[in-house]
Amino acid sequence: MACINPDGTLTEVARRVLGAMARRGAAFAVPEDLAGETGVPLHRVRATVRETGRAKLIEDDGAGWRLTALGREALDLDEDDGELA
Amino acid sequence: MEYNSPSDHPIQPARIQSILPRLNALAPAFEAETTHGRLALEDYRGTWVVLFSHPADFTPVCTTEFVAFAKLAPVLKQRNTELLGLSIDSIYSHLAWVNAIRDKFGVEIPFPVIADGNREVASLYGMINPDESSTETSRCLFVIDDKGILRAMIYYPLTTGRNTDEVVRLVDALQTTDRHKVATPANWNPGDKVIVPPPRTVEDAEARKSLGYDCVDWWYCETTVPNAVSAAERKG
Repeated sequence: MACINPDGTLTEVARRVLGAMARRGAAFAVPEDLAGETGVPLHRVRATVRETGRAKLIEDDGAGWRLTALGREALDLDEDDGELA
Repeated sequence: MEYNSPSDHPIQPARIQSILPRLNALAPAFEAETTHGRLALEDYRGTWVVLFSHPADFTPVCTTEFVAFAKLAPVLKQRNTELLGLSIDSIYSHLAWVNAIRDKFGVEIPFPVIADGNREVASLYGMINPDESSTETSRCLFVIDDKGILRAMIYYPLTTGRNTDEVVRLVDALQTTDRHKVATPANWNPGDKVIVPPPRTVEDAEARKSLGYDCVDWWYCETTVPNAVSAAERKG
C-alpha cells in the first residue's frame, strides 16, 4: 500500500492530503480542491485518494471524499508522534 | 520424429508479445508502482502525459536521457504535460539511481519512474522488442493527450539517446493541431506557418480564395496561428 509506510504510518503525501480533509471536518472534498490546498500535484492527490479509499481511511458520497474514523485514527497516530503539521 | 531446425519443433520457448498500441485509440490503462507511489494513467486525466521507457538504470545513455528529461519537465509543465518514466528495474534500483543522478550530476529527477518488474505496462505498450533485447525495454516514448488518447509514438534503439527538443516540438505540434484544426509541416516549430487542411468540396475550394490564406495552390495553403506558449516562456 503506497500511502502507508511499512511501519504503519501514513506517507508524507498521504498525510498532507488526509490532513487537508481533516481541516474540512465532515465536508466532502474533491481532489482538485485538495491539490490546490496542499500543493500536491493533482495526479498524486488522485492516486492517494484511490489508495486511502481502498484502505477505508476515507469515504465518498459520489462527488467528494472525507475522512473515516479509521482515517482520523491514522492521522491521530501521526499526531501522537508529533509529525502532523 | 526429427526436426530440421529448432524453429520446426512444436514446443517453442515463450516469446514476449510485442504488440503496438494504436494511434488515436485510448491509451492502454495501467496502475503501477512508481518512485512517487502507486499511480494509474487515469490519475493524469485532464493532463497530457509523455510516457517513456529506458533499458536499464545505472547505464550511461539512460543517465544522459534522464538528465535531459529532468530539464524538460518544467518546459512540458508549461504545456500541461507531465513526464512518466519506466523500466523493468525495481523501485529500489530506481530510487538508488535517482539519488546517484542527484549526487553525481546535481540534477533532481522531478517525475515518477514506474518499476515494471513484471513487464505489465511494457507489454501493453509494446516496449520490449525481443529481437533487440528480450528483457530490457527499448527507448520508447508515447504522447497521451488530456483525454487519454494515444497521439504519438517514438521508438529508438538501445544505442541511441533521444532528442528531447523533438519531444517538446511534438507536443507543441499536437496541441497546435488540436487548438487550431491545422496540420504542421516538416521541421515545423512554434511561430512557423501551419498547413490548412485541404478543402473537400468544389465550393470549399472556391471559398478558400477569400479567406486570406497564403496558398501555393488550392490544395496547399498555409497560415499563421498564435503560439500557446510565448517565446519568452519557451526560453524558460
